[in-house]
Amino acid sequence: MAEPDACLECLRRSWLLAALGPYVERIATGEAGSRSPELLRLSNEELVEVAAPKVAGQLLARVAALGEERLNQELLMADCWACCRHGDLYPAALRDAADAPWVLIGRGDPGLLDGLEPFGAVTIVGARRATSYGREIARELGRELARAGMVVVSGMAFGIDGCAHRGALDGGRTIAVLGCGPDVAYPASHRGLWRQICDQGLVLSELPPGASPWKWTFPARNRIMAALAGMTVVVEAAKRSGSLITMDLAADLGRDLGAVPGPVTSRASAGPNALLASGAHVIRDAQDVLDAMLGPGRRLERPDPVAALDPDLQAVLAAVEAGESTCDAVATVTGLPAASSAAALARLELLGYLTCSSLGTYSRTLVPSTSKASL
Amino acid sequence: MPVVLATARTFTLDGIFARPVRVEVDVHRGLPNFTIVGLPDAAVREARERVRAALVNCGFEFPLRRIVVNLAPASLRKAGPGMDLAIAAALLSASEQLRWEGLADAALVGELALDGATRPVYGALAMAEAARQGGAKAIVLPAENGAEAALVEGIEVVPVEGLGQLLGLAEGEWKPPRPEPLPLLPSVAADAPDLADLRGQPHLRHALEVAAAGGHSLLMIGPPGAGKSLAASRLPSILPPLAPAEALEVARIASACGRLGAGLPGGRPFRAPHHTISAAGLVGGGQPIRAGEITIAHRGVLFLDELCEFRRDALEALRAPLESGEVAIARVSGQRSLPCRFMLVAAANPCPCGRGEADPDCTCSPYEVQRYQGKLSGALADRIDVLAAVRQPSAADIGGAPGEASAAVRERVCAARERQEHRLGAGRCNGEMTPAEARGCPLSEGGAALLAELYSRQRLSGRAHDRALRLAQTLTDLAGLGEIGEEQMAQALQMRRRDHG
Repeated sequence: MAEPDACLECLRRSWLLAALGPYVERIATGEAGSRSPELLRLSNEELVEVAAPKVAGQLLARVAALGEERLNQELLMADCWACCRHGDLYPAALRDAADAPWVLIGRGDPGLLDGLEPFGAVTIVGARRATSYGREIARELGRELARAGMVVVSGMAFGIDGCAHRGALDGGRTIAVLGCGPDVAYPASHRGLWRQICDQGLVLSELPPGASPWKWTFPARNRIMAALAGMTVVVEAAKRSGSLITMDLAADLGRDLGAVPGPVTSRASAGPNALLASGAHVIRDAQDVLDAMLGPGRRLERPDPVAALDPDLQAVLAAVEAGESTCDAVATVTGLPAASSAAALARLELLGYLTCSSLGTYSRTLVPSTSKASL
Repeated sequence: MPVVLATARTFTLDGIFARPVRVEVDVHRGLPNFTIVGLPDAAVREARERVRAALVNCGFEFPLRRIVVNLAPASLRKAGPGMDLAIAAALLSASEQLRWEGLADAALVGELALDGATRPVYGALAMAEAARQGGAKAIVLPAENGAEAALVEGIEVVPVEGLGQLLGLAEGEWKPPRPEPLPLLPSVAADAPDLADLRGQPHLRHALEVAAAGGHSLLMIGPPGAGKSLAASRLPSILPPLAPAEALEVARIASACGRLGAGLPGGRPFRAPHHTISAAGLVGGGQPIRAGEITIAHRGVLFLDELCEFRRDALEALRAPLESGEVAIARVSGQRSLPCRFMLVAAANPCPCGRGEADPDCTCSPYEVQRYQGKLSGALADRIDVLAAVRQPSAADIGGAPGEASAAVRERVCAARERQEHRLGAGRCNGEMTPAEARGCPLSEGGAALLAELYSRQRLSGRAHDRALRLAQTLTDLAGLGEIGEEQMAQALQMRRRDHG
């Protein structure tokens, strides 16, 4: 296996970016900071000249003074490692991009990058403000794709990102790409998730340990996410969402785009629906992703036990699939007494067909459980 | 002039309890002065002016001497104007204007007006009970409090309308008849809201019925205007009537809080405090201690509308009382335990704007929603047994026929409660079962299998396991069955609150 290895020049680049944080913030935060990937194509000198002309000399001198030993020490202290674009571990996929990061700082298992090809990874993006529908799909996509051997890449944000990671941790391997140092858990309430990914997967960033997030660092990390995977799937996103920046970046790289369809009335699905209209792959489940990336033929193991359910359960399941989410609504639609529809919902939840939110509303899971329990 | 000492018995209210106080009056030669000692609060200290005026206006003479009134025990804080009558009587006795041998065996309570008329006091019921326990033969109290005190057997109740009537009493020439005790009010007032107003919403109705039948706490989540508050306010109408002993408990608390109406409450109290309430207002507190909303809701329903808007410390304070059925309030002066066995009913919107995440018009940010729902799954949620997701009723429901009336539902609830009392003992219900009792519930094979399946699959906590059993037992009682069947267990699992998102 290739060892993490980074040359001094590339490492210094990472520390320079961290030092430039507030300066780039000033010039790149016009339209949600989306200029940052372009800026990052520039060389050190050009970048400093554009972002911080007044202190350019100072900054360059400060970074040039950083010695290899000191930087390796800092990486070690933060329990991180680095691999640069000249190293063997650096993913081939990233080399496609003109604005590829010079170095990747990682925390977790470097083995996930070893031999990582674009068709071995799927990036899942989506809104932070997601509906329970979107969260459920993200979780199931993450789980099933990871089970099928794919590396699931996402950004550890609230909503879709977090759910995709959680699903993937359940089924296999996942990479989180952060807009801050890999040892910084951001958002803070995802600390638990961050720790879990560090333990079971990999956290990546082009920023050095301890670097704090800026608005511009998120579009910047999006370009890494887009480049790492052969396909980027958007689960839910409003019309003007950061997730769509990732999709644009992926399209520029010639990667496949996938979108999960949603109700046309739902704001949260406006982004993916628009992408579908302009030709993105329709993603209904993990199988669709595999078909689009690897060609038809790779099958997910998935028996269909719905037919074996008794008629009442089937009617209730159909009602939930039709969009009813409360027990009352299900009872009204199916014509069953409230008590029996409650019992039916409980059984379907136990069988894994449904999930119940903490607010007591039901939604359909993507993949029915394969349990053979005869309830 | 010799030193004269006279005493009288009275009570001060401490929370909902009456504490005996002995009034000692010392009239002594010296500069005219009137002092009250023995930890009086402002209202007690002002008794000086009321008593002076009342005495003079009733034609008595106010002794121009050095008067010291001591309220014993001196370590107990005395509050309220209820000791006026006793102070006046002792003062009259000390100045030898009132020669009443019965004074030693009587307790006196009542506030005095400046013209000597008596005014009603809070907590007369508790005081009459305390007087009987303390061995007093009679309790003299304002006429307005007579009916309430007459509920207590074994003590003479003497209602008076003014200070002047004490003279008649002392000379034995006048004695009022024992007042009629307060009548028992019907358990459901004629104009009480009826569950028939709740149209459609079969699941919510079922949840209400189950919660009422087993005394389970209930949380309703749904958009504004879906009928959550309406449903909660109908709950007392389907709860079983108070047993006589319970009615007396409720009346004692109501009397101490000045809330006792024209009769002994037959129905259960329903309290719906506003969400701005403080922790002390909710569970009781202050100095002197006052009963909080949960004590006023004793044996009834406490409804917390907009649960997530309540202050966190107020909700936190509810935890222990919910579990133990009484609230312990510690003060420097000692600890008081107030009863508070109530049924918790709460309502909340799905998100701060109320529309719910599925609604495209929901304007809440993910942080807001997370914080809001964090409150729902916080400390108090652990004490919630039944979760009901409420949806906006359809036009057909609203325009449709009225739902089943309260009386019919109540009949089923009462039948289920009877079975529970038969099994658990008087006054107890499934919601209060101990873990041992819950695990002792007869369980059919199918029901046990379902529960075991859930337990292993979702890694339920022990508490959630017992909660599911309690709920299933209530459903079984409602169905009139001998053991928890598969159907009941499945329903219980559906109705239970989820521990995780």
